[in-house]
Amino acid sequence: GTNEYDLLVVGGGSGGLACAKEAAQFGKKVAVLDYVEPSPQGTKWGLGGTCVNVGCIPKKLMHQAALLGSALKDAQHYGWNITQPVNHTWSVMAQAVQNYVKSLNWGHRVQLQDKKVKYFNMKGSFSDTHTIRGLTKAGKETVVTAENIVIATGGRPKYPEHIAGALEYGITSDDLFWLKESPGKTYDKIKNDVSLECAGFLTGIGLDTTVMMRSIPLRGFDQQMASLVTEHMESYGTKFLKRCSPTKVEKLENNRLQVTWKNTDLGTEETDSFDTVMWAVGRAPDTETLNLKAVGVKTNSETGKIIVDASEATSIPHIYAVGDITEGRPELTPTAIAAGKLLARRLFGQSSELMDYENVPTTVFTPLEYGCVGLSEEAAVQCYGSDNIEVYHAYYKPLEFTVAERDATQCYIKMVCLREGEQRVLGLHFIGPNAGEVIQGFALGIKCGATYPQLMKTIGIHPTCAEEVTKLHITKRSGLDATVTGC
Amino acid sequence: DYDLIIIGGGSGGLACSKEAAALGKKVMVLDYVVPTPLGTSWGLGGTCVNVGCIPKKLMHQAALLGQALQDSRKYGWQYEEQVKHNWEVMVEAIQNYIGSLNWGYRVSLREKSVTYLNSYGEFIEPHKIKATNRKGQVTYHTAETFVLATGERPRYMGIPGDKEYCITSDDLFSLPYCPGKTLVVGASYVALECAGFLAGLGLDVTVMVRSILLRGFDQEMAEKIGAHMETHGVKFIRKFVPVQASMPGRLKVTAKSTEGPEVFEEEYNTVLIAIGRDACTRNIGLDTIGVKINEKNGKVPVNDEEQTNVPYVYAIGDILDGKLELTPVAIQAGKLLARRLYGGSSTKCDYINVPTTVFTPLEYGSCGMAEERAIEEYGKQNLEVYHSLFWPLEWTVPGRDNNTCYAKIICNKHDNNRVVGFHVLGPNAGEVTQGFAAAIKCGLTKELLDETIGIHPTCAE
Repeated sequence: GTNEYDLLVVGGGSGGLACAKEAAQFGKKVAVLDYVEPSPQGTKWGLGGTCVNVGCIPKKLMHQAALLGSALKDAQHYGWNITQPVNHTWSVMAQAVQNYVKSLNWGHRVQLQDKKVKYFNMKGSFSDTHTIRGLTKAGKETVVTAENIVIATGGRPKYPEHIAGALEYGITSDDLFWLKESPGKTYDKIKNDVSLECAGFLTGIGLDTTVMMRSIPLRGFDQQMASLVTEHMESYGTKFLKRCSPTKVEKLENNRLQVTWKNTDLGTEETDSFDTVMWAVGRAPDTETLNLKAVGVKTNSETGKIIVDASEATSIPHIYAVGDITEGRPELTPTAIAAGKLLARRLFGQSSELMDYENVPTTVFTPLEYGCVGLSEEAAVQCYGSDNIEVYHAYYKPLEFTVAERDATQCYIKMVCLREGEQRVLGLHFIGPNAGEVIQGFALGIKCGATYPQLMKTIGIHPTCAEEVTKLHITKRSGLDATVTGC
Repeated sequence: DYDLIIIGGGSGGLACSKEAAALGKKVMVLDYVVPTPLGTSWGLGGTCVNVGCIPKKLMHQAALLGQALQDSRKYGWQYEEQVKHNWEVMVEAIQNYIGSLNWGYRVSLREKSVTYLNSYGEFIEPHKIKATNRKGQVTYHTAETFVLATGERPRYMGIPGDKEYCITSDDLFSLPYCPGKTLVVGASYVALECAGFLAGLGLDVTVMVRSILLRGFDQEMAEKIGAHMETHGVKFIRKFVPVQASMPGRLKVTAKSTEGPEVFEEEYNTVLIAIGRDACTRNIGLDTIGVKINEKNGKVPVNDEEQTNVPYVYAIGDILDGKLELTPVAIQAGKLLARRLYGGSSTKCDYINVPTTVFTPLEYGSCGMAEERAIEEYGKQNLEVYHSLFWPLEWTVPGRDNNTCYAKIICNKHDNNRVVGFHVLGPNAGEVTQGFAAAIKCGLTKELLDETIGIHPTCAE
């Protein structure tokens, strides 16, 4: 028989909603299923997916709260009389953030309504290649059929289940942003940028925060930049336990948590007690409950992510996937949105434009932010050979840091270019305030095929941090001091 | 005596001198600050460092921090309600930093073996100048080539009491007392930036405008800047000009309407005149050696290699006729000039699509053409203007200004939808605009813009 819907999207996050709304623009009959399985600690949230509820949005707002803490200190140097003590109250911040997020949940529901997209608050799983079985919280079942299905269920934080007490006593980013009370003295076991960001803002609002890392921070990112980021965090007050692995988490009589870990360098075992233990050891897709096996959608055996081709198609006709759940794609909101929109246009709008995943800019919102676009230095060396690339760099000092007497040791810019020919820019890396704002325009430039001479021809805006990019002239190869001096 | 003598130790002059010295030339720089009517003076470095970009941005930052203090409470920060700003603390900190820059420049010139004279230079005959220092001692120097980089100084209104009782930006940044209730006369970016940060520091500020805001800038953006300032407490008196400043007790300003007989009178603590700047070209002996200036504005016309009508005399920076008055432009022009003169280069300064930012409370960054200008150049029907009102994420929690930030790009339909104008009104406008300027230099089109993925969550996306 005929399918109920032209398009059914499973997952109401960045990718799913963008795809659904775009398809609806073409007059198609569209439905979205969204369901949040509560975290082990019981946290759940509304429509909008990770970004809106437990990702980008609350993260950036809490990062802003921390930045404002620094601003309070700076303000005194600039003549503002602030009587001490200055305190931060978690619940005021959390409530403000949570209220804003809830307004976004509401906004998304209204938007779907406006665009006549049917919304089901149900957990979906495949019955067959055109049929999804939706289950409400109460256990009520609804069967939905569609000509095309897009899987956009994203990922959830992983737990290190082999560590005793990890699941019982630890939280993840899913819970952090919804805590009603301060996490207090926090232990962060990390693997990636999510938790460096969390550790950063927790430190910034005055909490005693320790980050434990087994090996390198920000894997996949330029490692020189990654160390500058963590170096700054260390000078900022975050404690780092490097090359350490936790072995167990136990609850103490006073309700605090005791963490035991192995220090791989010293071969010793150490313990300390914390109010909160947060795991940020990676995210994984929830493909089990989707019942992909029933329809034969192929996934990567290691990561569990769905394998898609350049058109976002899975191994099964009429079934597609976008966003964090897809293998080999950046786990970013804007790419999910773009991919979702383009997919809808290809399915229903006679477009043939494929998503371009090259040179996607991104920013890590650590206390000193790191924005980048294009290749890391390592990747460029690997791709072209160190003799064929030129790396321009500079240590600079934001003007605003001068009067504030702030340390700018890690404020650094690096541009990786091809050495020969027109000297095309392969990658740009910036550490400093407002890194995202700085990098965005340069990402555009790289999309336009920017070359080193073109950037040098661009006049700077004075005084800004971004202008330093247009003034880069010291190469790593020269060995000269890369500190920017005066106007 | 010298290969090159540069008159003026500001952004352009210093950049040119250091580049020439690096190329092995014997270089002299003369820098001299004629004190303001009130007696204010400053050290080496020019307008930008002493009475321009640097102190301006730092005071703007102080005002932004005041806003941050208010926001911080919504983000959970708690401290005593009463927060006041201490002007003297801020000025001392800023002047200390400027002092370090003055020092840094002196050291830098010494290190590069550039001779520096803190003297007033003027031409007395071809290839020869007379240098007079503060004590009146005179020396003479000759050079093969000269560069004029004397910049500008604020213009006064030419009304009774202006020089006696009013101040300008030359005085503001080192004012030893808080300006208090202030009248800012003018609608230049200097006027609006100063009015903006003074209000942000908690002062009672009024801006008196003869006609339009930010002449030469995109007027839609200019009006939005003014509207934002008004919403945030800056008073505007439009279509009035002061006719007298007097001091019967307190400082009193009398102003007349430009449209009728209406008269306005009010008392202020401080009157800041910011109606424009005049080139310092009238008293340096240019007529003696035949260098032509534009009689209307005193500026120096040059060819595309910054050469005046007298072949061995060049000019860079704010004194150039028809060029942008910006530090980075002056620096770029100065460096490239030195490279062409002594380094065998033929690269000329590219004055097209120079980005700029106005650091008003709501910052305005732009690159390329104003919408009016684009319409004039290409015709309205050949343009497409894409625009957006946006709300910075950081402003949501404090619930600030939710329909204020704005961005627009102007595309030329006949050239592949090439971006000919970029305008953004919002926080960190300078940081946002810089990369877009680079992209415009690379021939940015609407399509390329659409293909670029945004960084989330930012304003720039």
